[in-house]
Amino acid sequence: MDITIQFAYVVAAALFIFGLKQLGSPATARRGNMISSFGMLLAIVAALLDQGIVDYQWIVIGIIIGGGIGATVARMVEMTSMPEMVALFNGFGGMASLLVGMAAIAPDSATFTLVTIVLSILIGGVTFTGSLVAYGKLSERISSAPVLFAKQQVVNGLIVAGIVISGLLFANNPDTGFWLFLVVVLSLAFGIMVVIPIGGADMPVVISLLNSYSGLAACAAGFAVDNNILIVAGSLVGASGIILTQIMCKAMNRSLSNVLFSGFGSGVVETAEVEGEIKPISVDDAYYVLEAASSVAIIPGYGMAVAQAQHVVKELMELLEENGCEVNFGIHPVAGRMPGHMNVLLAEADVPYDQLLEMDDINPRMETVDVAIVIGANDVVNPAARENEGSPIYGMPVINVDQARTVFVLKRSMASGFAGIENPLFYKENTRMLFGDAKESIGGLIREFS
Amino acid sequence: MVPAVVFLTFILMLSIFLGFELINKVPATLHTPLMSGANAISGITVVGAISLAGTGHGDAAQWFGFFAVTLATINVVGGYLVTDRMLAMFKKKGS
Repeated sequence: MDITIQFAYVVAAALFIFGLKQLGSPATARRGNMISSFGMLLAIVAALLDQGIVDYQWIVIGIIIGGGIGATVARMVEMTSMPEMVALFNGFGGMASLLVGMAAIAPDSATFTLVTIVLSILIGGVTFTGSLVAYGKLSERISSAPVLFAKQQVVNGLIVAGIVISGLLFANNPDTGFWLFLVVVLSLAFGIMVVIPIGGADMPVVISLLNSYSGLAACAAGFAVDNNILIVAGSLVGASGIILTQIMCKAMNRSLSNVLFSGFGSGVVETAEVEGEIKPISVDDAYYVLEAASSVAIIPGYGMAVAQAQHVVKELMELLEENGCEVNFGIHPVAGRMPGHMNVLLAEADVPYDQLLEMDDINPRMETVDVAIVIGANDVVNPAARENEGSPIYGMPVINVDQARTVFVLKRSMASGFAGIENPLFYKENTRMLFGDAKESIGGLIREFS
Repeated sequence: MVPAVVFLTFILMLSIFLGFELINKVPATLHTPLMSGANAISGITVVGAISLAGTGHGDAAQWFGFFAVTLATINVVGGYLVTDRMLAMFKKKGS
């Protein structure tokens, strides 16, 4: 029996790998996800055949409750709330690994096993509370501003030291519950400390990192209960999270440690003078410019998600195309609150994915674009990143909308972006500001067209 | 006899490299579904939790196992379903 279970795990691992491979192209991605879920089903069925199980009651109850909650949430959640939902699910995965670590403690555990138990509690705990804080920030239940205080690094250092020491003491005296308790409490505290100094716009990095941690926690739990499939699946997820984290950091031209520790956006003061003046435009005038345009690029940002404007954007796109205009979207890697956030919202509104261009593909053709429409994006189109060496975001790759013939910026008011950085784009000769709620402004344009 | 931990570490090392290779090729447009799909896979902890929840001992460890099964199942079921929901929306031009 045991060998059957082990081989089932091997097949499940192959299905995960194949599924992830198929996730690499939009044409096969849905099937890939299906294949991966079959792998999971197989692994769960195999685990249920374990002869060490004498009582199925609580297993079944747990699966029914968890499955019910998961299915309900997955069906109800709005696409705009996807980042906070992924954060929350991440946290559950982390907590599960923490609990598995605790439950795996046996009187005769080897020292190595005890060390892996400490690791699964540590990583699982950090993932859990870190994800809860990220969830709070993303859903705006708590302020998304970075929380910084004096000696923050010292406090963090002490927590880490405390975790290491109590972890070692626990591994030497597994019978003393006190040290274990300390490891759990400090790990949970550390998760909070890691995420509070990170501001809302850096959330794509944090979510990717927590995603990676949830995999590594499963991996550590796999060592603790001596289970191959946990190690394989956990490290696949760990690797995927790390890659996404790297991509996000590169898109902001910042190192991971800078994102994690600097409290970016906590009121950086801009020194460079911005020249020029703000030129507002009315919906009427904007319509005349758009009506004459033969090429339009739309650059969405988090503001599009907040205004839930993706559907009207798609409507505007159709009207422009009927008018003989070529419409493309330029998607910055860190636009929104999680990797690929804008792509999902536009897919929801039925915008074909081949019209969504990555930054490196849209920038070379920006000079041929008649009108670039910036919807709720700010820092990712800030030319200061290219021009002003004193700017905190200098060096960050941005979408060069200022090179288009005309730029429309849809914006609520003149408040500066998340990072508190002045945006010289708004003062450029070819920029026109269309103030107001993005959804209403675009709705106005649509009415003019029809 | 090589200790089991060496094999486990081997598996860990190879899977991490494999993971890097697999994910590196995913286009930016699929990053959100990739993340929630990977998230669902990290619910694999449920497999480890199942035997712990079924010991029948009725002790703390079994309760930890039970809660772990519940939370990891939320992660698995919710993660796969929501990923499928997202991927169903991705369409190519003209289709």
